[in-house]
Amino acid sequence: MADRTSGGTVARDLRIGVDVGGTNTDAVVLSAKGEVLARTKQATSADVTSGLHAALTAVLDQLGDDVRRVGRVMLGTTHATNAILERRGLGKVAAIRLGGPATTSVPPAQSWPADLSAAITARTAVLPGGHYVDGRPISKLDPGALRAVLADVAEEADAIALTSVFSPAFADQELEAAEIARDELGDAVPISMSHEIGTLGLLERENATILNAALYRVISAVWDGLQHTLAERGLDVTTYFAQNDGTLMAIDYAVRYPVLTIGSGPANSIRGAAFLSGLTDAIIADVGGTSTDFGVLYAGFPRESSAGVEIGGVRTNFRMPDILALALGGGTVIGPDGSVGPQSVGYRITEKALTFGGDTPTMTDAGALVGRGAPAGSPIPERLRGALGSAVETADQMLADAVDRMTLGKTDQPLVAVGGGSFLIPDALAGVAEVIRPAHGDIANAVGAAIAMVSGTIETIIPAGEGRREAIAEASGVAGRRAVQAGADPAGVEVVEITEVPMSYLPEPALRLRVKAAGPLGNL
Amino acid sequence: MTLDDVPALARGCAILGTGGGGDVETGTLTAVRAIDEYGEVPLIPLSEVPDDSLVLPLSGIGAPTVAHEMLMSGEEPLLIRDEVERTLGRPVAAVMACEIGGSNGVGPVGWAARLGLPLVDADGMGRAFPEVQMVSMYVAGRPVNLVVLADVQGNVTTVRPIDGLWSERISRAVCVASGASALMADYVLTGAQARGAVIEGTVTKALAIGHAMKDGADPLGALCATLDASVLITGKVIDVERRTGGGFVRGSLVIDGTGEDRGRLLRVEIQNENLIALEDGRPRACVPDLITVVDAQTAGAISTESLRYGQRVAVLSWPCDPIWRTERGLATAGPRAFGYDIDYTPVEELNHG
Repeated sequence: MADRTSGGTVARDLRIGVDVGGTNTDAVVLSAKGEVLARTKQATSADVTSGLHAALTAVLDQLGDDVRRVGRVMLGTTHATNAILERRGLGKVAAIRLGGPATTSVPPAQSWPADLSAAITARTAVLPGGHYVDGRPISKLDPGALRAVLADVAEEADAIALTSVFSPAFADQELEAAEIARDELGDAVPISMSHEIGTLGLLERENATILNAALYRVISAVWDGLQHTLAERGLDVTTYFAQNDGTLMAIDYAVRYPVLTIGSGPANSIRGAAFLSGLTDAIIADVGGTSTDFGVLYAGFPRESSAGVEIGGVRTNFRMPDILALALGGGTVIGPDGSVGPQSVGYRITEKALTFGGDTPTMTDAGALVGRGAPAGSPIPERLRGALGSAVETADQMLADAVDRMTLGKTDQPLVAVGGGSFLIPDALAGVAEVIRPAHGDIANAVGAAIAMVSGTIETIIPAGEGRREAIAEASGVAGRRAVQAGADPAGVEVVEITEVPMSYLPEPALRLRVKAAGPLGNL
Repeated sequence: MTLDDVPALARGCAILGTGGGGDVETGTLTAVRAIDEYGEVPLIPLSEVPDDSLVLPLSGIGAPTVAHEMLMSGEEPLLIRDEVERTLGRPVAAVMACEIGGSNGVGPVGWAARLGLPLVDADGMGRAFPEVQMVSMYVAGRPVNLVVLADVQGNVTTVRPIDGLWSERISRAVCVASGASALMADYVLTGAQARGAVIEGTVTKALAIGHAMKDGADPLGALCATLDASVLITGKVIDVERRTGGGFVRGSLVIDGTGEDRGRLLRVEIQNENLIALEDGRPRACVPDLITVVDAQTAGAISTESLRYGQRVAVLSWPCDPIWRTERGLATAGPRAFGYDIDYTPVEELNHG
């Protein structure tokens, strides 16, 4: 697209990736060819916005006149996670479940920590509706009852969470109820539908949907901060949020589904590491100050976790990258006996670690002793050398065990080491074919955000025998259309994952099917 | 039974589920909710049930995936109790778990609370089994003269099967019509009929297991001591194979020994529950004795569905109730009942010389 404001035609071929982490806000500018043109690492601010502003300003300043070539900004953030953990800025939600007379034995949000529930739930209701496993309705939707609940909560609720029994397979009642809610409350009240958020397992999916509704304002605030900085620089760019599976959401979608940003940090690391190393299948180790996150890159995307994820004491089941977190990082404290962690000096490493003249033996010191990372700045006392040496052996064993768990025993895969503490990973590790340390690995998460594709997924129940092929083809079509709706170039959309899980104790053999399609963003 | 007992009971039931029996989480939430709303549940020994009053054995029937999505209405226990009292013309004195293993071990606490009835400290399995007739009442030869099912809509179905096998077949069909999930009472017994036909003390046992795991610094040691269990192997899961057949998830699991068990391999055959543990082709334990895979650190039970490569586990086995070691008990739930061509040998003989 031409840039008409400058009077000439300027290619808008640059992308900015930003990752707002708990400690650092990283930003990177990539060219169309994937070269790093500018980069920065800034401290994350308490309000998120000023750190975001500082990081964006830093890379934009590095670009000079090329700023006009920026066409897209991709943002990854763990801000939503922190908002839940700290119960900060959360909205009040009316949680409405469609399933009556079934499901009334456990009301919505029953198992939540009391303070989180008090912070979030304005009202819960179980109304007639939902489907059986075979698609028949349990009850017809009762528009009158729904309108009555909506009218009752109109004053108090900032957002609505809708969950219907078996909606991942049969979404029509959630869609119908959302229509009614929009009609009753107007477009200003956001509506979260569970079938777009979680998988089978009613309470976990409902929990994720309520959290999602509560996060609406939080993610809007981040977006406003981003928009403000871009407007200040006179930039007219398209913005996206990174989500848990390493793909992007258009802003209007992200604002409706903020909970899907919760796992975007690790997902971006994995995707960024893949891009920087040029690999599509590998183990990724993101080493920070306090921990190392292991993930698996499979066919270019993070492998997803099959188990549920607990967030702020609430069980959920939406798609998250399969991450194994090890309490081992650059700031991990070494005991006098050579024991490793789990305590860490964290961001105070530059004052605490021995090599920086401090008094606390850390993994960074142990690394320096054996020639990993920078040589020690201050001499390491003789009496601690034995402990640090054995700590390295212990740490290497911990790393090898983690690799073994993540690779499922396949020993031929390369390992990509990224993050500020990646020097701690030895060049040779049991079960690893080769250790790769790509340039710019310390900002892999921002790179991952910048290069992300867009995706669409569908989960449904299909017959295991006759009709299986047709059902998979149909689901693949839906997943592809969802990717295009999210902004993918229709010509580049491919099915990247098909998962079939047999269901037990059913009269007709049936499968749970999940299909994911993804593609690059269309041209500007 | 108080609110505080429910999590301990759930941990114990997960252990007694021997890998199956369904996720205890939803049952726990239901039980907590019901106690909160209707009050605590007295736990009574079978001896306190009058001879001519009824014991109501309850269990969920259906696909776990469905039960996890389409939760019960909560009214099902009332519908079943009313139907049973109407049909048999006697009062129901107490609720009992048909199956103490897994979700069906926790659920009865909530169902009893809803009914305002005590819970009998007993069940029909002492563990989890996949089929309706695999209960001690069947082994003891008690007639299954009444089966009542209730579903989320309030439909109540009364079945008068001629035996336990027909009970399984017809109940399963009714359950399918109800959307693959229902609550069921079967082997409704008078106090007199229940004596000698149920496995007593199993709720107390599940509670003791749950408390032992939680309280000590060495959860695995505490668990083994409570169960008097043998540790068959401690090691790492190196292979998990699953396939569906006949409505069940079948498969096997291979554990590679670590530490003192280095160099040994143990294979566990699975059909919803853990059925047989084999080493070098020889059984180390088999049904109806109990085989449970637990996390080596926390001693928490790992269900067959959540087994994964790389998990550090211990495999425990301990003796079943003597009723399962009778000729009819082994015919019902011994290795051959599950299609394995091996003779049953008690776990303590296989592992003590």
